[in-house]
Amino acid sequence: MRKQALSDEILLKIEKPARYIGNEVNSVVKDLSKIDVRFAMCFPDVYEIGMSHLGIQILYDMFNRWEDVYCERVYSPWTDLDKIMREQNIPLFALESQDAIKDFDFLGVTIQYEMCYTNILQILELGQIPMESKDRTWEHPIVIGGGPCAYNPEPLADFFDLFYMGEGETMYRSLIDLYKEHKAKNSTREEFLREAGKLPGIYAPSMYEVVYKEDGTIAEFKPKYEDVPATVKKQIVMDLTDTCYPENPVVPFIKATQDRVVLEIQRGCIRGCRFCQAGMIYRPVRERDVEMLKDKAYKMLRNTGHEEISLSSLSSSDYSQLGELVNFLIDEFKGKGVNVSLPSLRIDAFSLDVMSKVQDVRKSSLTFAPEAGSQRMRDVINKGLTEDVIIKGAGLAFEAGWNRVKLYFMLGLPTETEEDIKGIAYLSEKIAERYYEIPKTERNGKVQIVASSSFFVPKPFTPFQWASMNTKEEFLQKAHVVNDTVKEQLNRKSIKYNYHEADVTVLEGVLARGDRRVGKVILNAYRKGCLYDAWSESFHNDLWMEAFEEEGIDIMFYTKRERDMDEILPWDFIDVGVSKEFFKREWQRAKDEVVTPNCRMACQGCGAAAFGGGVCFEAKN
Amino acid sequence: MKLRIKFTKSGVMVFIGHLDMMRYFQKAMRRADIDIAYSQGFNPHQIMSFALPLGVGVYSDGEYLDIEANSITSSEDMCKRLNEVMVDGVTIESVKLLADNAKNAMSLVAAADYIVSFREGHAPESFSMKKFLEFCEQDSILVTKQTKKNTREIDLKSYMYEVREDKDGIYMKIGAGSANNIKPDLIFQAYEEYTGISMDEFALKVKRLDLYADLGEEDTHKFVSLEALGEDFYE
Repeated sequence: MRKQALSDEILLKIEKPARYIGNEVNSVVKDLSKIDVRFAMCFPDVYEIGMSHLGIQILYDMFNRWEDVYCERVYSPWTDLDKIMREQNIPLFALESQDAIKDFDFLGVTIQYEMCYTNILQILELGQIPMESKDRTWEHPIVIGGGPCAYNPEPLADFFDLFYMGEGETMYRSLIDLYKEHKAKNSTREEFLREAGKLPGIYAPSMYEVVYKEDGTIAEFKPKYEDVPATVKKQIVMDLTDTCYPENPVVPFIKATQDRVVLEIQRGCIRGCRFCQAGMIYRPVRERDVEMLKDKAYKMLRNTGHEEISLSSLSSSDYSQLGELVNFLIDEFKGKGVNVSLPSLRIDAFSLDVMSKVQDVRKSSLTFAPEAGSQRMRDVINKGLTEDVIIKGAGLAFEAGWNRVKLYFMLGLPTETEEDIKGIAYLSEKIAERYYEIPKTERNGKVQIVASSSFFVPKPFTPFQWASMNTKEEFLQKAHVVNDTVKEQLNRKSIKYNYHEADVTVLEGVLARGDRRVGKVILNAYRKGCLYDAWSESFHNDLWMEAFEEEGIDIMFYTKRERDMDEILPWDFIDVGVSKEFFKREWQRAKDEVVTPNCRMACQGCGAAAFGGGVCFEAKN
Repeated sequence: MKLRIKFTKSGVMVFIGHLDMMRYFQKAMRRADIDIAYSQGFNPHQIMSFALPLGVGVYSDGEYLDIEANSITSSEDMCKRLNEVMVDGVTIESVKLLADNAKNAMSLVAAADYIVSFREGHAPESFSMKKFLEFCEQDSILVTKQTKKNTREIDLKSYMYEVREDKDGIYMKIGAGSANNIKPDLIFQAYEEYTGISMDEFALKVKRLDLYADLGEEDTHKFVSLEALGEDFYE
């Protein structure tokens, strides 16, 4: 009989017990007596979300290929089980062995979005692991964080022993060997953390100290010891073809958000949109070989039994072998009851052709991400998409039978004017008008346009990292301007406008560019009951506001305040390969409304060439 | 070709609900490379139907699903291939070939066997087997059954074909299927009312043993296991 951490009674009482029992197809079972290191891999959100994350699948596969390591999964218990675990003092457990994670060697947390920070504290508390690093001993796991939010780890510095900047494939073997070595020679935990902090890409926050100026900005950020490196350099995989990639991903019993085989076709993005952190921190672009992907597609479909396969990357249209790969997938699998689900592609003749092969044109909608309403604003953010291209793409699609369009925009972008804001309504109107240019007899009913806007959050390691962020009131006022302008358009009945919540965006803004002092607000908010902040039904803005008030942390300092170009930013000690000089240059070009060509058109010398591969060297091969 | 697959459900798998079991089997068919037939249309789906949903928390030695296959090998081979892709807690017992005009399991189910016992620590103190069997031997047991649309009064007794004490608990053969689905819980609810004792909602541990078609004429029952309606096949 498998061990069961929760009693039958609890499992029958809670929602979706399958979240907690493990035992899924392809989940890994190992003999604990032959294991040296137990690694709990955590995605701090509910199972269905966490199980959809490709990064964890890659690392789970990699760790479990190593004979001396056993990697298991752990996700956030939903609020119903959270309550029961607290009442009955049940320690949080990993799915495979159902053993308590407090007895593991490592707890690895992938930090994908700011609004999961309170969930990280829940994992630690339910795990019966001290929430703050300073209170942990060798009795507790080493808590290590990674993922995009680790590129500004400072708000979480108190809660993690280590952070890892980079792609998991590269450094974990060295870290685990170092851990084994230190355990064997009875080092102290501090000695281990200090040594780990010398490994490329590993950051041990307790080995650094921060001094602040009177105005609240950073005076100095420095290692406490001479042998601890002053900068932490991002680590990445240069050859994405000759590397590990799962062939047997775990298949959940309940429907996960991504219930399909996912092929990651490339990492990085050539585009250089100035608001986009992913487009900067994952540089340079590295593609996987199309033959490798074809082989993985076969194996993963066979080993999982999934009925759908999809591609994953930033700006998939830029993958050089896209046509070959997509046509292969359609020809090979479509007849076998496997759906090919396409990523969002640039709308052109090619994408419309493949889309019409894999989806019912009448039922599907097209997606455009102009990101901004006016051409001026699109130039500022370096979104190299012109109105002409959008209208032409929409026209092609309408003529092919589509009549539903989704448009994604941002509000609150740097230098934004009233005209830029209204541009969202104008562009939506122009697309609707393009539809009605088609003769009535050839049209497929009415056109439906859904324009959605999110509010812009300046992110570290982007040219907008110094920018002022709008307040909640400004955001909402702008959304109202869009809404009113939509209502004045001729085709207003065909256009639906939605906007994102403003409260949560402001909070995201604080956490994204926060420093170490913000950590106590997160802890305070968690103590007040904040959890699952990414879920609107459980987000309590009032509790967060109380927490800021009580900790004496000024929100505007982190959001509204435009940073000086020579200010020491909390994340400056991290080297992502793209230089600060490049970001400064791009910030100036944004203000000058000048577009920067993409990596394939002309190298801008951003610094990522230092990694010695990828798109930076494409022309030279 | 129509095939009938019999499987068991135990361990943590009892916490997987019916819809998720359907998804599980759809994926299992692909992993085992079963040449299952697909429906026509833009979104083809596998031709597969389950005999009777099993409630969450209920164990079973006799669950059934029927599939339509384009080609087959042998009972043994298909059973083996399916078992190779199962998880702990689900075992394929048999794969049988049905006549081309056979009715599907779902429409045939008329009765089910169960073993009911109390979960450890949940048996009501005042429970007596003698009393329970006495209750079952009444001429009629009237209960109101809640359906989606309305409530109706039924006589449980006409669907209780056999009840007796067994070494593992209480054995019962009772009505099942779309027409007369009587769950063991319903009988225990009536027993609670009859005796006035109350049991907590997790008290019963239920295991389904098998599902039956009724091949009897009018007033007589002739229960035949769904498995027995198919035949072994060979390469």
